[in-house]
Amino acid sequence: MTTMLTSPVTAAEVPAKGPKTNRIGLTQKDYQGAESTLCAGCGHDAITSSIVKAFYELGVDPHQVAKLSGIGCSSKTTNYFLGQSHGFNSLHGRMATIATGSSLANRNLIHIGISGDGDTASIGLGHFAHMVRRNAHVVYIIENNGCYGLTKGQASATADRGTRMKSGVTIQDAPVDLCTMAIKMGCGFVARSFSGDTQQVRTLLKAAIAHRGAAVLDIVSPCVTFNNHEGSTKSVAYARSHEEPLHEMDFIPHFENISVEYDEGTTTVVTMHDGSRITLTKLAHDHDAHDRIQALTLLDEAREKNLFYTGLLYYSRERDALDDRLDLVDEPLATLPQSKLRPSLDVFHQIMQGFQ
Amino acid sequence: MSQAVAEPEGGLAGAAFLPRVNDITIRIATPNGSGSQSANLILMRSIFAMGIPVGAKNLFPSNIQGMPTWFIIRANEDGWLAYRDHTDLMVAMNPQTAAEDIAGLSAGSMLVINEAQRTLANRDDLIVFCVPFNALVAEVCPDTRLRKMVVNIIYVGVLASILGIAFEEIERAIDWQFAKKAKAAELNKTAARAGFDWAQEHCLVRSAHRLERRNKTHGDLVIEGNEAMALGMLFGGATFLAWYPITPSSSLCENLIKYLDKYRRDPETNQATYAVIQAEDELASMGMVLGAGWAGARAFTATSGPGISLMAEMAGLSYFAEVPAVVVDVQRMGPSTGLPTRTSQGDVGKAYTLSHGDCKHVLLIPGNMKECFEFAQEALDLAEQLQTLVFIMSDLDLGMNKWMSEPFAPPTKPIARGKVVSAEGLSRNGEFARYRDVDGDGIPYRTLPGTQHPNAAYFTRGTGHTEKATYSEKPEDWERNIDRLARKFESARAMVPAPVVENDASAQVGIIAYGSSDPAVQEARHTLAREHGVATAYLRVRALPVNGEVKAFCERYPLVCVVEQNRDGQVASILRSEYPEFATRIKTALHYNGLPIDAESVARKVLHRIAEEKGTA
Repeated sequence: MTTMLTSPVTAAEVPAKGPKTNRIGLTQKDYQGAESTLCAGCGHDAITSSIVKAFYELGVDPHQVAKLSGIGCSSKTTNYFLGQSHGFNSLHGRMATIATGSSLANRNLIHIGISGDGDTASIGLGHFAHMVRRNAHVVYIIENNGCYGLTKGQASATADRGTRMKSGVTIQDAPVDLCTMAIKMGCGFVARSFSGDTQQVRTLLKAAIAHRGAAVLDIVSPCVTFNNHEGSTKSVAYARSHEEPLHEMDFIPHFENISVEYDEGTTTVVTMHDGSRITLTKLAHDHDAHDRIQALTLLDEAREKNLFYTGLLYYSRERDALDDRLDLVDEPLATLPQSKLRPSLDVFHQIMQGFQ
Repeated sequence: MSQAVAEPEGGLAGAAFLPRVNDITIRIATPNGSGSQSANLILMRSIFAMGIPVGAKNLFPSNIQGMPTWFIIRANEDGWLAYRDHTDLMVAMNPQTAAEDIAGLSAGSMLVINEAQRTLANRDDLIVFCVPFNALVAEVCPDTRLRKMVVNIIYVGVLASILGIAFEEIERAIDWQFAKKAKAAELNKTAARAGFDWAQEHCLVRSAHRLERRNKTHGDLVIEGNEAMALGMLFGGATFLAWYPITPSSSLCENLIKYLDKYRRDPETNQATYAVIQAEDELASMGMVLGAGWAGARAFTATSGPGISLMAEMAGLSYFAEVPAVVVDVQRMGPSTGLPTRTSQGDVGKAYTLSHGDCKHVLLIPGNMKECFEFAQEALDLAEQLQTLVFIMSDLDLGMNKWMSEPFAPPTKPIARGKVVSAEGLSRNGEFARYRDVDGDGIPYRTLPGTQHPNAAYFTRGTGHTEKATYSEKPEDWERNIDRLARKFESARAMVPAPVVENDASAQVGIIAYGSSDPAVQEARHTLAREHGVATAYLRVRALPVNGEVKAFCERYPLVCVVEQNRDGQVASILRSEYPEFATRIKTALHYNGLPIDAESVARKVLHRIAEEKGTA
C-alpha cells in the first residue's frame, strides 16, 4: 500500500498560460479554504498557509485528502485550507478516534488531523496516545499555544510550569510534552516546530504526509490574544528568541528524481516508505533522529533548561501502519461491493447447521 | 454405595405420581468457574435432540470463580420457554447456596444433592436423590485437578436416568459439545455413564417428571442473541467494528471477530474486508464508528448501559452531523455499575433521546433470535439510508441465554447504502448541497471522502450549518435544519420494522411489550385466557419511533398494559406523550428485579391492572 501522492495528469492538460500550477495542474488557490475567522496575527493562520503550500507543492489531489479536527481555535482551521477535501470538525478531544475510524474505512486517503493543546493534551490525551500506539495512518498536528483560546485564555496542559497566564494565574502543574508522549507510544514520526518558522513547518509537513503511519507534529503557535505576554513560553517573542533548530531540513519527494550531494559528516538522509527523502544537516547540536533514547533525552533536557528545539526529533519505519497491520484489502472498505461483503448462501447454511 | 433415595411421603402419593411429561424446569446450582457450562449444555442439547422444545437461562455473577451461578433449563412440549420462577428439579451442587436453594423449593419438587450434603436435604416433602458424587468422580477421574469439572457431567448422567433420557442421546450430545476434543469427550462419556448407571441402580423411586421423544424441534436452532446478531452483522456487510469489552455485549464482538476472520477475507489475496479495533474506551469506540461511517464504512459498536452513557455526546454528533452509525446496546441492570450480569430494559428511554439538545434516535428492538439476526442487517441499512445513529436494543436475556429459534432466512435483500452521490452523479446533477432536502423526506444526499469531483467535498460539523454545510448562527438556518431533522425522523417512522399485532375483538385489555419480554407475555396471555377467562390483545413494538398501528391499538382497547423490564415504564411514557389522548388508559406491568421476566408475574400484574380498572383491586 502506498500513499497516493500523484494523480496522473499529462502535460497536455496543464494550461500553458495563466497562474502557476503544480504537477497535477492545480494552482495554489485550489488548495485554499474558507476565509479564516481567527484573530489577526494568530499562529494558526501561519500553519494553515504552510499546509496549503505543502499540499500544493507536493501536488496532492485534494480529493484524496480527508481533514479532521476536534474543537477549539486550531480545530476551526480545517475549514481554512483544502476547500476541495472532505472535512470533519468533530468533538472536543475526540478527533484521534474519528480519524482512526476514517483512516481504516478508506486507507487510500491522506488523513490530516488538526488539534490544539487543550484538545489533545487535556480532554483528548488518552485518545491521542492510543491513536499513536495503534499507528493509525494520520498526520496529527497540534497547534500548541498553551491556552484555551476559544474560551478566553484558560491555561492548557502544555503550559510550562511557572508560566504566568494573562489572568494572573501561575502554572503549578507539570506540563504534558506531546512529543515525548508520542515517542513513548511508539510513534515513527515525531517533530516539533514553530508556526513562524514557515520553511521548517512546510518541510516537516511534506515529510509527515509522505510517512505511512502516525506522524505527530507539535507546532508552537502563539495565541496573540491570550498568551502573548511576557512570562509566557508560548509567545511570539519567546519562540523567536528561543527556537533552536536541530538541523537544516530539506524534503525531496519521491517523484523528484534528484540526486543529492551531501557531506556524510554533517548530513543524514532519511529515506521514507514511498522513496521520498529527508535530508537533515547538522547545526550546533548533534542529534540522531533515528535514536529514540537520544530523542527522549533531548526532550527531557529541553524541559530542564527551557530550551526550544525544533525539527525532526524521531523517525522510524519499523512499525507497520494500522491499516497495513490489519491486512486490509487495497480497495477502501467504504466502497467494497456486496459481493465482497456478504458470504455465500453455502456459508450461511454451513453456519446454520452448527446451531441445529 | 448406599441406597440413597428418600421415599416421598404424604401428599406425594397417588395421582401426583403420574409423572408430568415434557414439562419441567431444572435448576442447576454450581459455583461459577467450576466448569459446569459444558455439562449443562450437553443436558440441554440432549433434550433438544429428543425433539422437545427447550431453552436455558444462565444466572451468573459478576465474578470469575467461586460465586454462585444457576443454570435453568426449561423443557416444554407446548413451546413455553420463558423464564420460570418455579423449580421442578433442583440440582444443588453448590454447598454455599444449597440451604437456600432447598428452602426455595415447593412441595413435591425433586432434589439432586451430593451425599456429602445430605443433612441439608432436611425436608420430607421433596423427592430427594442423594448421589455419592465424590465417590463416583474419584472412580472415573484419577486426576484430582479435573474432578471439580468432571463431577458436573455425572449429574447429567443421573438426570438422564431419572428423567428418561436415553444414554445414547447424552453420548451424542457429548460428541457434539467436544467435537474436536476426543479425549475430553471420552472422559465425559465415562463419567456420565457412571452417574447414569448409579442412578439406574439406586434411584428406585418414580420421578415426578419424564421426558419423552417428540418431533417439535426439527430444523430449529439453539442460539444466543449475541451470536445471532454477530451473524447478522456478518451477512449485513458490516465493514467496521470498534468495541470496548463490557458484559453482556463482549461475546457479540468476539463471535463476530471469529466469523469475520473465517468468512470475510478476499478469496484471492486473503486480505481482510473488515477492520476491528478494540478501543481504549467507549468514547473512542463510538468516535471510530463515526469516523468510519463518515468515510463510508458500514460501522457499528456493541456495548451496554455504561458505554451508552459515555457515548452520549457522540450520539448527538451522529444525529446532527448526519453520520451513519449502529450501536448495539445489550442492556444490563443500571444505574451505575448496577447488576452487570442481570438483564434489563432500562436503557430504552435514555437511548431514544440520548445526547444534549433536541435529539431523537431510531431504536430497533428484537424480540427473538431471528430478529437479532435480521435487525442487525436492517440497522446497518437504516443507518446509511437515514444517515443517522440507529440503536439495536438487545438485553442480557436475549444476548447471552440459549434460545430455541425457528431457522433464520438467508439474507436476500440487497445491501442498501442510502443516498450516496458518486462523481458521475455530481456531474449529472450539477450543484451539491449536503443538507438540502431534495426529496422532501428530510433525508439529504451525501458524498464520500475520496469522491473524485470538484463539487464532492463538504465540511462536516457539529456546529450550526446551512444546507451547503457552511457555518451559520442564523436563527432561520438553525430552525430549518432542526425541523428537517424532525422530518427525517418522521420518515424513519415508516421505514423501521412495524409492530407485530394480534387483535382480539373480545379482549378487555391490550398488552404492549417489546424485546425479550415476548415469550413471557405470550405464555401469560395463554394463562390469562385459560385460567382466568381474560382475553387479551397483544402488540409487540419492534422499533421506535412507533408507527400508526400502535395508535390504533391504543385506541381500540380501553385498558392498555405496557409490559417492560424497567422501573419507570419508559416506553409507556413515550407512548403517553405520543398519544396524549390515550395517556390515562396506558398502564404498566413492570418487572425489574434483574431476573428474566416470567409469565406468572406478567399475568399477575395484568390482572391487577384489570382489577384496578374495575375498582376491585
